[in-house]
Amino acid sequence: MNRFVLIRNAYIVFRKDVNLEFRTRYAMNAILMFAITTLTAISFSIGPLSLKSQVLAPLLWIILFFSAMSGLSHIFIREEEQQTADTLRLVTSPTSVFLGKWLFNLLLLFGLEILIVPLFLAMMGASANSAGIFLLILFIGSLGLASVATIIAAIISQASAKGALFAVVSFPISLPILISGIHGTRLAMDGVQFSDCLSDLQVLFSFSVVIITLSLLLFDSIWRK
Amino acid sequence: MALNKDWWKYLLGLWMTAVILGAFLDPQPGKIKMLGQTSRILFFHVPTAWLATVAFLVSAINSIQYLRKQSLRYDVWAASSAQIGLIFSILATVTGSIWASKIWHSFWNWDPRETSIFILLLIYAAYFALRSAIEVEEQKARLSAVYSIIAFVTVPFFIFIVPRIYQSLHPDPIINSQGKINMDGGMQIIFFSSLIGFTALFFWILRMKVDLVLMKIQNRKETLD
Repeated sequence: MNRFVLIRNAYIVFRKDVNLEFRTRYAMNAILMFAITTLTAISFSIGPLSLKSQVLAPLLWIILFFSAMSGLSHIFIREEEQQTADTLRLVTSPTSVFLGKWLFNLLLLFGLEILIVPLFLAMMGASANSAGIFLLILFIGSLGLASVATIIAAIISQASAKGALFAVVSFPISLPILISGIHGTRLAMDGVQFSDCLSDLQVLFSFSVVIITLSLLLFDSIWRK
Repeated sequence: MALNKDWWKYLLGLWMTAVILGAFLDPQPGKIKMLGQTSRILFFHVPTAWLATVAFLVSAINSIQYLRKQSLRYDVWAASSAQIGLIFSILATVTGSIWASKIWHSFWNWDPRETSIFILLLIYAAYFALRSAIEVEEQKARLSAVYSIIAFVTVPFFIFIVPRIYQSLHPDPIINSQGKINMDGGMQIIFFSSLIGFTALFFWILRMKVDLVLMKIQNRKETLD
């Protein structure tokens, strides 16, 4: 199959998922409600205190991470629950399925961040002094998180007790992203030069690339029954 | 006296006895600056960490073999190896923590090395959580093989990248950035003997474990027939 067809099919899978999502808004609602409720609880209890970036950066990532993880597994679980997975297996190649689903999760994650990050900064009275680096770290971090979430969701969608299992299996694998993401965000909030954040960016970037590559290679064996 | 085929097991027993005697009787470690007598842990702590890595590698290789050949034997090898690797990484964590309490005056302070090994423990614990959640043997083998490969790819991040990027107090690893071994000749001999002894021990344990599991499977089949 040539490359163009692959990308076009991936785009069709992506469009299908967007359409389905707008019909029920399950993942969107779950993620947003989770994020906003957590943000409210945090800002209500510790908002008046002026906190340092050492506390703010982990809080921001914890909100983003946990709310993302509450909805990102839905993409594959839905296919199994509604028994549409077999049809999808017939009509298109595994790689385009994976790419389409990955794009969809990425879109969800970016949507979440566009809404929550400004809200967080405003409600906690925080500011990102090196805004460019701050955004770059969030961007690469989301790439990594979306990749881990998508491939693990594909694995656990065929197991039993999916909800709890997704958390157990995907959290440890995402910890490197969280650790370097939080470290980098903390520095960016304080305002630093690009070179100071370089090591965090390196870990984030290489980890994301490795996971994406590996997912593309291995998805065949997960998807095929 | 005729040698039976188990001669190497007696040899290994003698070998390990010599290593243990050497590790405690060699006067050299006592003269090392700062670390002093505590540096004797090197003879046991490093081999356990090394074996954890080897075990996870063996598990990943067998997982790749499983995906290629679809034979359950490889799955048994992969799972057994991961199980032993988990035990060895717990040993490495515990011995490291005991050493840290003497040198850093705290059992646990989230040094990059401690963080790395702890996350590695979580990742492989999740492997067994995943295995226990899938009923069908073939599906369990396939999905956990994929997970084991993904998990192993994160290992280099924890063992080589993270401790070098973030400041660590951990003594220079054997494979250090200058590429040379800062060890006295006698200590080197004991250290490498210990490494060899432990590696042989690992493969012996692995063999026993695999035979046991295969026997159990065979037994179950016979009862069913």
